[in-house]
Amino acid sequence: MTGTLKTPSANSRGLTPRQAQREPAWVRYLLIGIVLLILTVLIVVPVTNIFVQALGHGWSAYTHAFFAPAPPPAPDHLTRAQALVQRKLAHTYESAAHNREAIATTLFVAVLVVPLNTLFGIAAAWLLTKFPLRFRSVALTLIDLPFSISPVIAGMVFVLLFGLQGWLGAWATNVRIGRPAFDIAAAFPYVQLAWVPATGIIFNWPGIVLATCFVTFPFVARELIPLMEAQGTEEEQAAVTLGANGWQLFRRVTLVNIKWGLLYGIILCNARAMGEFGAVNVVSGNVIGKNGTIPIRIEQLFSAENNLSGAFALATLLAGLALLTLLLKSMLEWRTRQSTRKVQDA
Amino acid sequence: MARARRILPGFGLSLGFSLTYLSLIVLIPLAACALKAATVSRADWYELLTSPRVQSALKVSFGTALVAALINAILGLLVAWVLVRYAFVGKRLLDALVDFPFALPTAVAGLTFADLFTANDFRTGWLARVWNPFVTAVLNAWNATLAPLGSTAGRLVRPDGWHWHLGPAWQDFFAGYASPTAIVIVLVFTGFPFVVRTLQPVLEELDPELEEAAACLGAGRWCTFRRVIFPMLLPAWLTGMALAFARGVGEYGSVIFVSGNLRYKTEIVPVLIYDELGEFRYAHATALAMILLVISFAILLCINLLSSWTRRFA
Repeated sequence: MTGTLKTPSANSRGLTPRQAQREPAWVRYLLIGIVLLILTVLIVVPVTNIFVQALGHGWSAYTHAFFAPAPPPAPDHLTRAQALVQRKLAHTYESAAHNREAIATTLFVAVLVVPLNTLFGIAAAWLLTKFPLRFRSVALTLIDLPFSISPVIAGMVFVLLFGLQGWLGAWATNVRIGRPAFDIAAAFPYVQLAWVPATGIIFNWPGIVLATCFVTFPFVARELIPLMEAQGTEEEQAAVTLGANGWQLFRRVTLVNIKWGLLYGIILCNARAMGEFGAVNVVSGNVIGKNGTIPIRIEQLFSAENNLSGAFALATLLAGLALLTLLLKSMLEWRTRQSTRKVQDA
Repeated sequence: MARARRILPGFGLSLGFSLTYLSLIVLIPLAACALKAATVSRADWYELLTSPRVQSALKVSFGTALVAALINAILGLLVAWVLVRYAFVGKRLLDALVDFPFALPTAVAGLTFADLFTANDFRTGWLARVWNPFVTAVLNAWNATLAPLGSTAGRLVRPDGWHWHLGPAWQDFFAGYASPTAIVIVLVFTGFPFVVRTLQPVLEELDPELEEAAACLGAGRWCTFRRVIFPMLLPAWLTGMALAFARGVGEYGSVIFVSGNLRYKTEIVPVLIYDELGEFRYAHATALAMILLVISFAILLCINLLSSWTRRFA
């Protein structure tokens, strides 16, 4: 093939085969330019806008969204200007406290949801790829279900079960579960944790955990299933013939093979769990200061409190998480390319 | 049939855990939803389906999702083509950037677009400042070219919600904030990775021999693309468009930031469901959810059938 490239082929345009397969240079440059324009306008501008808006009002405005100083005790007689300043300081302080509460709630929900979904993902992938099953396609469709359901509907189904007029409503709205109360302390251990009484499943953390589980359970499974299917069952069968029991089999054979896919699935699940808005909005009651996760708090800051800089400050946290997710995905793909190249070179 | 002995361990455990988890998280809640929808009487269904608020919400939801999916189909094809076929500085970075709308939470996306549409600052108000004059110029040019014809036919005008009349300028329809266009732009953002990521593997695995054969037979580049390459991409393209459409129909977080939720103009069905839940009208909310799900599944099924038909003749 290399020997024949130099001579032009006998077609009417006199093009060599290589030239015939490429668009003219101006078409290429035009298309590249259009795509650069599209990506800049559609993706780069909105994302950099987040950071510009958050940090553009100054570093102190950014940190006041998280750690606002407590307003000094007010003297008895205040002028109108002093009263306004005092009120603004108090409002910033309270807003920052709600923001910290939202961050803590988000982390709490993620710590509960991500391990559960990881376990489910591993179990479902093991079940569906290592054993021949008749209902496999049904199971795969079921796993893909949350992607085709609007998040509001995902929250709605739990309200139908546990809400005030739901099937289990009478029990669910009165069950005493309590909730964690977090705050940042000035001294060691710097985080105050308390378990305060609270009732109900829906307008409380269990509802948020359930709704987030519903929306994020496919991620780990969807990552693992094609991976484990491509790897087949031979290594596990060989390990069984060598006398491995179930746990040894999983830990020393399967986990080693799937670890990067598993890591990526966990990262995706985590990013979605922290960023889920629609389902949590329905299930958490949208009351300021109670059970907000970060996206709920962003919406409250934007629409109810009209505090754009605070909303963008919280948004930078989530955008930073998204950047981290993309970075890890690129690293993972680079690693996979490396390992495929090693296999090819060997 | 004799019971086959399973070689690998863990069948019972994984089956038990998966089934329990799925039942608790997915199956029982969905069953509750279906049961609740079954309790809605026929008169209530009729009242719901003919109510103007529900009809306009359905039009807004599906209309904006459709327009956004079509725009994404074209943009996604361009982007996938360039990312697979051409090499240029920063291509890896741009390839990673394509996944950003997928990784970014919807509330953050809605927030940043709402700010871009409403801010008047020169640094960030480019959408509000550039978009309106641009559209005004285009529409005036269109009207001017049709003016010699004399009649007012073909002039573009501002529609009332979704009724399109003919007449003078269309400027307010393209206003940034709280208009269907804002919803379309945000849906284009959130649905963007779907088409690109569905097309990229197919483009990468296209057989170059077919293109070489077409070139040998004397086809120009555009002819080759139109008659050889594009038909091979068609199933993946339609699948990507269907995914973007399904995502757009269900999108809630980013849309509510930019749409303003104006009744009869920019209210989408999930917002309607949220309102009904807030007023404890669970049956109505479930009925709306069922309508949304049924129409989405029907359209997805049509597109899947279409793409499998195309694949059969490819």
